[in-house]
Amino acid sequence: MKTSKLAENPGLLRRLRGLNLALICFALVLFLAPMVPYTMAAVSPDSATGFWDQIRQGDTGVTQIKGYESGNLINDSGIFWMEFRNKWISPGGAWALALSLVILVLAYILVGPMRMSNKPSGKTMERWNRADRVIHWYVAILFLLLAVTGLSLLYGKAVLIPMMGKNAFSGYMDLGKDLHNYLGPLFILGLLVMIVKWMKHNFFTMIDVQWFSKMGGMIGNQHAEADYINGGEKAWFWVLALFGIIVSGSGLVLDFPNYGQFRETMQTSALIHAASAILLLCGSLFHMYMGTLGVQGALEGMTSGQVDEEWAKQHHKIWYDRVKQNN
Amino acid sequence: MARMKFLCDSERCIECNGCVTACKNVNEVPWGINRRRVVTINDGEPEEASISVSCMHCTDAPCIAVCPVDCIYEAQDGIVLHNKDLCIGCGYCLMACPFGAPQFPMENAFGVRGKMDKCTFCAGGPEEDNSIAEYEKYGANRIAQGKLPACAEMCATKALLAGDANDVSDIFRERITYRGSNAGAWGQSMAYGRKAKD
Repeated sequence: MKTSKLAENPGLLRRLRGLNLALICFALVLFLAPMVPYTMAAVSPDSATGFWDQIRQGDTGVTQIKGYESGNLINDSGIFWMEFRNKWISPGGAWALALSLVILVLAYILVGPMRMSNKPSGKTMERWNRADRVIHWYVAILFLLLAVTGLSLLYGKAVLIPMMGKNAFSGYMDLGKDLHNYLGPLFILGLLVMIVKWMKHNFFTMIDVQWFSKMGGMIGNQHAEADYINGGEKAWFWVLALFGIIVSGSGLVLDFPNYGQFRETMQTSALIHAASAILLLCGSLFHMYMGTLGVQGALEGMTSGQVDEEWAKQHHKIWYDRVKQNN
Repeated sequence: MARMKFLCDSERCIECNGCVTACKNVNEVPWGINRRRVVTINDGEPEEASISVSCMHCTDAPCIAVCPVDCIYEAQDGIVLHNKDLCIGCGYCLMACPFGAPQFPMENAFGVRGKMDKCTFCAGGPEEDNSIAEYEKYGANRIAQGKLPACAEMCATKALLAGDANDVSDIFRERITYRGSNAGAWGQSMAYGRKAKD
């Protein structure tokens, strides 16, 4: 059999094979070249990350599912809220409350209660009338109930669950949440009436500046004169008015999700609500101390409404003089 | 220990909503609640992409961190479950979740929320496996039966993958090797990128 020229020449065969391969490659490149822009677009890492970034930034798409934010794939504002709540508000609040208690204990030990400098005269005068007392205790009792349930919501997981177990705590918190939600608006009504009713007594005057400069007569034997309401009480009134309104406003936002406010609004409100509530709570601790242990004879003014004339002369000289003059 | 994960391949999802329907059917999810939803980005435009999303069963989940009654927990296989008996319906998990997974049924007076409902990875809840109580509260427990979540099993294009993280990764890695790009994997770094507790 006649052998072909090619077979006789292996070198040529190899060269032709090489040419073939080169031709095939060339054809392939020609064929695929128009597709390069498309494949590049799909392969390029920019495309993948671009898509991811788009969603990550909270881009909203289309969905068949009805509901708030249902077209939103990722909303990481909750992470910020969580960090702020768990790492700042909750430990910060615990420190603030603990610090307030420590200051009060130290004040009790080091400074001690302010006693009456003269013997009680036995003659009394009316300091808070029935309406004042009703509104005070209405607000005070609701404040305490809201404080206890609110603190349980913030600290119960860390403090109460180890003590009472998850089931009991959940049962208590179920009730606690409803109490907090329903008593909140009732507290607001009382707070507003109180602010309006007592505001006229609480504008600062020069007397209060002198009162503050003497630290209310708390240090040493200095005597600080005051009108019906002293500087410290006025300061507490304005703190309560300002932060009370902030707590109330943010609380109402949280209390009525049926009006459609959602994620970011709720998160901001929850943070403001917790922070200002803890601030108020710290303030209220000082108020409670001054009203009970801190100043002898002060509590009667808010329970029976009557204070001893000697007490009035000592703590609210200007008011005492005015009342005596008018009589 | 296996770690369960969802992975939705946006290159494959065709927005058929089969996963949503399967989920609702298998778990008897109440009206108004969708444990899973499909979202289409750039709808009708170039680079349109659809993604099915539900609870991603995060590592170190934010919902667990904020729940005031500690009713949400991570099961052994990384599935995030919750106890409806403990839930007080405060909505904190909803505020914390990046994926909008927690759902709240029955708006009572003033919009008071009922007990939270969310995807369970078809793993039921703390009740006895496949008991009536479990089914009524949480839906099916397919994991206890050795099955995959209904959504992933029903997915016609196999865009939605669910299961052991290693298996899911292997399948997806094979796809991206052919595809030459990792475009498509979705939500991974958000849900699983966070450092795990201990």
